[in-house]
Amino acid sequence: MTVIEARGLRKAFGATIALDDVDLQVAEGRILGLIGPNGAGKTTALNAILGLTPYQGQLRVLGRDPWTERDRLMRDVCFIADVAVLPRWIRVSQALDYVAGVHPRFDRAKAEGFLARTNIRSANKVRELSKGMVAQLHLALVMAIDAKLLVLDEPTLGLDILYRKQFYDSLLNDYYDRSRTIVVTTHQVEEIQNVLTDLMFINRGRIVLNCSMEEIESRYVEVMVHPEQVAAARAFKPMHERQMLGRGILLFDLAVNHVDRQQLGAVGDLRTPSIADLFVAVVGNQPATAPSTAPPTAPTAAQGAIR
Amino acid sequence: MTIQANAMPDSPMGAQVIAPPATSATRPMYWSVRRELWEYRSIYIAPLAAAAASLFGFLISLFRLPHKMRALAALDPMRQHQAVVMPYHLASALIMAAGVIVSVFYCLDALHGERRDRSILFWKSLPVSDLTTVLSKAIIPILVIQLLTFVITVATLSIMLLLSTAVLLGSGLSVTSLWAQVSLFEMSLMLLYHLLTMHALWYAPVYGWLLLVSGWARRAAFLWAVLPWLAIFVVEKIAFNTSHFATMLAHHFAGGAEAVAYPGTLPIDPGMMITPVRFLTAPGLWIGLAFAAAFLAGAVRMRRYQGPI
Repeated sequence: MTVIEARGLRKAFGATIALDDVDLQVAEGRILGLIGPNGAGKTTALNAILGLTPYQGQLRVLGRDPWTERDRLMRDVCFIADVAVLPRWIRVSQALDYVAGVHPRFDRAKAEGFLARTNIRSANKVRELSKGMVAQLHLALVMAIDAKLLVLDEPTLGLDILYRKQFYDSLLNDYYDRSRTIVVTTHQVEEIQNVLTDLMFINRGRIVLNCSMEEIESRYVEVMVHPEQVAAARAFKPMHERQMLGRGILLFDLAVNHVDRQQLGAVGDLRTPSIADLFVAVVGNQPATAPSTAPPTAPTAAQGAIR
Repeated sequence: MTIQANAMPDSPMGAQVIAPPATSATRPMYWSVRRELWEYRSIYIAPLAAAAASLFGFLISLFRLPHKMRALAALDPMRQHQAVVMPYHLASALIMAAGVIVSVFYCLDALHGERRDRSILFWKSLPVSDLTTVLSKAIIPILVIQLLTFVITVATLSIMLLLSTAVLLGSGLSVTSLWAQVSLFEMSLMLLYHLLTMHALWYAPVYGWLLLVSGWARRAAFLWAVLPWLAIFVVEKIAFNTSHFATMLAHHFAGGAEAVAYPGTLPIDPGMMITPVRFLTAPGLWIGLAFAAAFLAGAVRMRRYQGPI
């Protein structure tokens, strides 16, 4: 079942094009990481999916038009916009009362169970909680909702490393059950590397990479070579090259470079690139003034749908 | 329990799981109104503070009460009546004024505050429509504040009457004159009539306008709420040296003359004649309500389009 389906999604703010003909499909049960530089259009894409902003093109989320049916859609969709959107005046007990009052799929006992594991007391006001505790509270509210799609936009922004780790641990252990779909954007890509099932890079309003994590492992490879081997490795036309501790690190896309692991293994040590390195290679390679052409490094990826 | 007409008998048990749990349409509305009372506690604190202030003043006046009642006996009945009920009228006027001020500031902040503190992103993540949200915010000045004002005023006036009675009895005076002048039940009915006709229905377009500005303005909502009307007045004055617009607004909002036979009298005076039929058939009321509906529709649209500031 397709949870999100967009075709030709466009959104412009004046002369700035935030989303430029985006096609995307997200299937049920996937955990999709939407990664992009600041101003790439991530939040605009999420806002369109959540019915917070009008758009051009076709968009269906769980079979509904988010812009005209936001309130109905929100029975099955949850989102955490960023850590600071819970109203500061509300008490924890009031937040529970309110969500229980308006949301037909909210399980109050479950939320209280999550909160019992934290230092948050039901008499606390949000303004009395630390940033990390507010994130815990919001996550407890959201995880107690039996939703089909959860959208997280920079959910751990500004949290310390303990809270960030705990956030994703709870999400995976207590919430994700393979029938739910999660879309997450973050700049802390290394933290969600092991959480994701799918990865999407977005730059200047366009999707520049879209594939599953297994595909990344099979398709992209990094070779660490000694200086004397660099020339030999370069002959295979890497998509990106950098230096680290005196060794050259060359990144190859096996789908377009017409080279296999054996050939590369002969010149250096192989490893799977991290999301961060892949991001630099894919997005950093893009010419600064040509947003309208698809990147030469991943021409097929932009059209590939996530299964 | 009635049998669900739309249940498909031949579908597997999965159909039951897919069907969304029934929520009554009034539940989101009920909780949204409660939410407003949690956030804007001044809705009940301000009238309560006005009531407390009135009672404080009245307590001090109680020392002079026996003397005053003796002196009053010499006056004619009309002056007697006015002197006795004066504190009651003043107390109710003060509490009503608090209600009006709270209504204005509440409306100006209701759709602005949630954008300013970004909490609109939390509220919009819940299955509550923009229409429900805006209506729940309009209900606060149109109904909730008026009913609160009514209850608090009646409670205050009752306490005042009981205190006076106690003081008079304590000083060996008769309370018949006092109870004859202060007819609490009739006062309460008049107050309720005044609040529902004037403060709720007649002023509804004001609340609607303020909510619309609150949902639209990025900052300085108060200025945007007031300046356009001032500008129209000034432009008309400069261009034509007339002030029809100002006269029209003043005429509409000063009296609301249609609700009572003798406008200008104190709203809770039992001697006043109410004219509900004339009020309900006044074109001014329905034009105003049409404006209120248009402003609220605009506010719903604003709630839908506007994000955090």
